[in-house]
Amino acid sequence: MIDVAVIGCGIIGAAAAFELSKYQASVAVLEKENDIAMGETRANSAIIHAGYDPKPGTLMARFNVQGNAMTEQLCKDLDVPFARIGSFVLAFSEEETATVRTLYERGVENGVPGLQILDGDEVRKMDPEVSPEVVCALYAPSAGIITPWEYALALAETAVRNGVELHLSTKVTGITKIDGGYRIETTKGPFEARYVINAAGVYSDVIHDMVAPHAFTVLPNKGEYYVLDKSECGRARHVLFQCPNQDGKGVLITPTMDHNLLVGPNASSVSGPEKTGNTAEGMAFVREKAAKTMPSLTYRNAIRNFAGVRANTDKDEFQIAVAAEHFIDLAGIKSPGLSSAPAIALEAVRLLGTCGFRPEKKADPVLTRRKKRFRFMSEEERKQAVRENPLYGRVICRCETVTEGEIVDAIRSPIPPCSVDGIKRRAGSGMGRCQGGFCGPRVVDILARELGISPLSVLQDGAGSYILMSETKKEAQD
Amino acid sequence: MYDLIVIGGGPAGLAAANSAWQKGLRSILIVERDKEAGGILNQCIHNGFGLHRFKEELTGPEYAARFIDMLKETGVELMLDTMVLEITAGRQVHVISAKDGYQVLSAKSIVLCMGCRERTRGAIGIPGDRPAGVFTAGSAQRYLNLEGYMVGKRVVILGSGDIGLIMARRMTLEGAKVLACVELMPYSGGLMRNIVQCLNDWDIPLYLSHTITDIRAENGRVSHVTVHKLDENRQPIPGTNLEFDCDTVLLSVGLIPENELTRAAGIQMDPRTNGAVVYENMETSVPGIFACGNVVHVHDLVDYVSAESERAGAAAAEFVLKGQREGEALELKNGADVGYTVPQKIRAQAVEKAADVFFRVRRVFKNSVIEISDGEKVLASFRREHMAPGEMEHILLPRKILDQARGGQITVSAKEA
Repeated sequence: MIDVAVIGCGIIGAAAAFELSKYQASVAVLEKENDIAMGETRANSAIIHAGYDPKPGTLMARFNVQGNAMTEQLCKDLDVPFARIGSFVLAFSEEETATVRTLYERGVENGVPGLQILDGDEVRKMDPEVSPEVVCALYAPSAGIITPWEYALALAETAVRNGVELHLSTKVTGITKIDGGYRIETTKGPFEARYVINAAGVYSDVIHDMVAPHAFTVLPNKGEYYVLDKSECGRARHVLFQCPNQDGKGVLITPTMDHNLLVGPNASSVSGPEKTGNTAEGMAFVREKAAKTMPSLTYRNAIRNFAGVRANTDKDEFQIAVAAEHFIDLAGIKSPGLSSAPAIALEAVRLLGTCGFRPEKKADPVLTRRKKRFRFMSEEERKQAVRENPLYGRVICRCETVTEGEIVDAIRSPIPPCSVDGIKRRAGSGMGRCQGGFCGPRVVDILARELGISPLSVLQDGAGSYILMSETKKEAQD
Repeated sequence: MYDLIVIGGGPAGLAAANSAWQKGLRSILIVERDKEAGGILNQCIHNGFGLHRFKEELTGPEYAARFIDMLKETGVELMLDTMVLEITAGRQVHVISAKDGYQVLSAKSIVLCMGCRERTRGAIGIPGDRPAGVFTAGSAQRYLNLEGYMVGKRVVILGSGDIGLIMARRMTLEGAKVLACVELMPYSGGLMRNIVQCLNDWDIPLYLSHTITDIRAENGRVSHVTVHKLDENRQPIPGTNLEFDCDTVLLSVGLIPENELTRAAGIQMDPRTNGAVVYENMETSVPGIFACGNVVHVHDLVDYVSAESERAGAAAAEFVLKGQREGEALELKNGADVGYTVPQKIRAQAVEKAADVFFRVRRVFKNSVIEISDGEKVLASFRREHMAPGEMEHILLPRKILDQARGGQITVSAKEA
């Protein structure tokens, strides 16, 4: 019997696993997909929010502000791309000016540092393409942008290096109380754990209901996005929000850590967590709303659409509590979940303590991680990298300048990817303007070679997503 | 210090280097990212290449081999498996390879021959799920012809560009069922001969003024596609949906010149072509840097790429051996129903007999005329029986017409005769 089973390896499960991996405890993470960060974590606005949105006194307010403050050092330690570029909430009318004032006051009460209300001209001085219609804005200098899947990978990889067991393609199908803990049935066989942490995102209500009386219902809510080419990145220098409404924080425009421009999301309720398709209506809505923030924006250089499903619930609050004996919910985590993750992980350890689990800290856990990224290296660093490993001299992804060295490093990393998109999330290949048109076949080759499998077995992404169907004519046999 | 560095070893690069050698340059380097020269031709195993150039029908690899063989007779160096990271306006070229590491090379002249890339699903925003099974036609062609793998069994093709049409036939020959070719515009984007030989001959329906409005997935792979007819504003008409159960979508929705290096070097770009602005000799706005082939504007036939690239290679030789061309430049403008022109500028006094001008029309014309004017008076006109956006037009503007132009500009327009 292991000490703790964490169900789900999105950002919350990864952060909890990382925190627990600092302790002398046996921990297993059970993830139903073939890679980590496959749900909400990989399809969101990629923002570390300042923390003025949630109502004072809520867990969302507390963990957002606390998590935001923790993010910078954590990202330095784990080599995660993060930049505190600041955000604006733009007001276009008297009414919205009042909203901005309310957000300011809420932010101050929540303990958000450095908030200011700026007039329209000051905003446009800092972000010149912002609409001339903007009359004022809330400026939050502590807001930042991050690469969310990289954040989750960094946490989970470090947890694995500290001895946490990660079980991919392992879907939990049932949980029963046994003496001293739980028996967890999965598609890969049973696990027994003294404590269980539910970090199952859009499925967290289903997992909760396996153990405890029904307490909340996930109401899956989809957000659709556009990703624009690097040529458009400079249009926004800060995260540009509009005033929030009943559907959430509204359509935003922001640069990303990969120097793209991200536009979205809308908010539409969907029938299930897997409904992540884009719709003509959703995409049109995003374009229409974004034009209000930035009339000059065009989609001529769009490179990708995506959509993610939020784990909204019927409660306007994170569901973080001891839900049953030895069973902790980190559930219903919607925005600002990404921002709150490291604080929620601390809370998970505290809650385990209240259940009587207080392991000793490890003497010397791994707390840092370093990653080579050719595209961000100087000329000297590049020369050095190729000298050390000639594969750093072979550029596989031209748009993002990703080398074979980085791809092979990814395949040999603590959580080896099994798909082209898994490589994309780790090395960045295929993220650019040609969307893998050039590098895709080359990455398939490298994956097949390194894993010793046929290219026919290489996946694009999740289970079943085969790229190639069959061989053509084979060479004539002698 | 090289006399000439050619960026890219596809058809444009091979022809430019060969021509520069013939014109007297002796230290020439081609930098190619792939493991062999030939570029996209290597995966184009169908025939039809070289009708103009060699008066015979070659396959892509055969056409490339002709030029590679010619280069073997020269002292042109070929640096393979090497990526160019940066080009500077001072004509330094930063390259990297597994074999030779990071190098900074200098050249007296540069010819840009990076070709083009395919427009993707993300560029055109097709709604729906995002499963495996959606390929650009060129990627599918690479898998099929170079790697030996079929990407699918039941295929819907969006766009009627030439690569998509070629792949319709190619997938059919390999046993796939191509259910439809769907084109947004009321006319095809490809060559007429490809419509006939790749669709009609195989009973593959072409749906003009239609587009894909939804892609659905099952277990991670494409399972279904919905197609709608479009109204005159290109909006789907409710109730006109066609439903296809398929496992694959191929996209042949346009090519984009690959000009990231060009932009980073500070070379002036033309938003109409997405390529560099060039003079009559394919020189860009930076002296000594030339560009040719699909990196300047997308061509229909490789024969024309070769011809244009030979002019660029010769011009690079002229630049190195004789110095830069002088003279005031006429601006070429696109008039009615013309999308762009290449070149965009002509230094008339440097033109010996006539200047080649290429362009595309914006709609289909029958019995039409191409009119050349200087804004005030018509200087020349050329009759054409048929013109279409899918077919690049070419005219030769004689020096004496160039000399007649007043006001420093020439406008090319198309109209019914």
